Amino acid sequence: MDQPKTSYEKPVLVKYQNGSSDKFGRLQAITPMTHIDGWPVQDLIEKYGSPLFVFSERTMVHKCRELKELLALRYPKFQLAWSFKTNYLNAICRVFDREGSWAEVVSEFEFEKALRLGIPSSRIILNGPYKTESALERALKGGTRIHIDHFDELSLLEKVADRLGMRPEVGIRVNFSLSSVPNWDRFGFNLENGQASSAVKRLTTGKRLTLSGLHCHIGTFVLDPQAYREATAKMALFAKQLCDEMGLSIKWIDLGGGFASTNTLHSQYLPGNQVTPSFSQYVEAIAEGLENLNGPTSELPLLFLETGRALIDEAGYLLATVQANKRLSDGRRAVVVDTGIHHLITSLWYRHEIVPAQEFNGTFEPTAIFGPLCMNLDVIRANILYPPLKVGDRLVIKTVGAYNVTQWMQFITLRPNVVMISRNGQCDIIRHKETLDHLVALEEVPPWI
Amino acid sequence: MDTALLNRLKDIAISDSGFIFDPYSGATFNTNETGRFILQLLKEGNGIDAIQSEIRKHFKTSEEDLRSDIYEFINLLMEAQLLPKSFQC
Ligand SMILES: Cc1ncc(COP(=O)(O)O)c(C=O)c1O
Repeated sequence: MDQPKTSYEKPVLVKYQNGSSDKFGRLQAITPMTHIDGWPVQDLIEKYGSPLFVFSERTMVHKCRELKELLALRYPKFQLAWSFKTNYLNAICRVFDREGSWAEVVSEFEFEKALRLGIPSSRIILNGPYKTESALERALKGGTRIHIDHFDELSLLEKVADRLGMRPEVGIRVNFSLSSVPNWDRFGFNLENGQASSAVKRLTTGKRLTLSGLHCHIGTFVLDPQAYREATAKMALFAKQLCDEMGLSIKWIDLGGGFASTNTLHSQYLPGNQVTPSFSQYVEAIAEGLENLNGPTSELPLLFLETGRALIDEAGYLLATVQANKRLSDGRRAVVVDTGIHHLITSLWYRHEIVPAQEFNGTFEPTAIFGPLCMNLDVIRANILYPPLKVGDRLVIKTVGAYNVTQWMQFITLRPNVVMISRNGQCDIIRHKETLDHLVALEEVPPWI
Repeated sequence: MDTALLNRLKDIAISDSGFIFDPYSGATFNTNETGRFILQLLKEGNGIDAIQSEIRKHFKTSEEDLRSDIYEFINLLMEAQLLPKSFQC
């Protein structure tokens, strides 16, 4: 009788390197992910194609409720506002709306999108360095909260308010230096150099607007919760100063977004899921900063958070299919997949966690994972210790829910379907894949060509 | 194959678990079972066709042509300086 044969596996050769863990990040066990919220990855791809973005409603709701529950324990008056630019697909915005979030928009296009979705003007916050006159007019008419970014906008807003014959309550965005994060001083008025105080004086002496709110957004993917304690304290003390010195009552303080998700920055040594602070650490830091406010609860300002990334990143997955295996000149293995940097701009910032969607065995090798573009920059992972993959194998790229389906681009290939799996296990398309017809519909060829 | 090369290959130590030690450079490598099998056949002086048919006898595979895998592995051995760049098989 024949001896049972061993299964053939492509021959590999991996050189041992001293300190190789530095090169690949800490060696992390790779566990296949065969299902997303009960749906087999294979079935999702067969039904909706590859590549495919998949959103988990369960994760979104869980994250949102977790943050709200923690805030409720520490501060009596708070409100989340969904940062549209993080992900403005209607279905995504609708979930946050249903969970009680307001909308935070930074352009007329986003403003219009929120209104069309049925979000009342009075539950929208309008931010950003460029607000058109027509957006400001609509915002004033509908009671949208406007956070003024610079002096020119202040004058423009006064003009619009004057024309409408109203004296609206508005906020200003401020910026300041913090010990552990760089100052985003291009947005808003600087606190330390007196610009913010000048803006308040200018606003109050103009007598056409009433200052009722203070806004800041200290950065994004802020890994140090203490930065929030410091920032919140600065905001609270500024509000107190305005009250004591100018008799102004600040009715809301908006701390913007910026909490980190569990992704791993290229510059980070340890994986994000080991070092990213929890919501409770951020909330604790904010609560400590808010202790600088005093007065009866009824007079405490309403606290807004515009958390984006940390609420949606973990809810998003990108499924891909292996198209080819090849060898680079240094012997390193390379894998070509059908999704790339045009769908996954965040691979410029993160070492995304990528796991096979099926069981695997074989020797792990240093591997580069490339996208399908005929462009050198199309790299999803430059160097990851990875098991062998076959053409047709599926991969799950994790934690891709923030900023990708807004910053993606149509380039060389078309953008894929986006689906959402509901908490009761239903899966629906929330954005259809593009076709050539969608694209050429916007083009014209002048008759003289 | 020339004898100097065969001697060099013979001196390379390969353990059952696929651990490779090159006494000339001190470098260490890891290979899988197929790699270990091919290295053994190369040490014995086999050519590409013989290696391919030995693999077929020993392993279960539906791959039609194993030669690209074998050449790719030989390239890796050259890259690792376990075989000279001039190696022909
Ligand atoms: C004003 C403002 N609020 C909120 C956000 C959301 O930030 P994040 O996704 O880091 O939470 C941003 C993003 O840059 C922003 O500019």
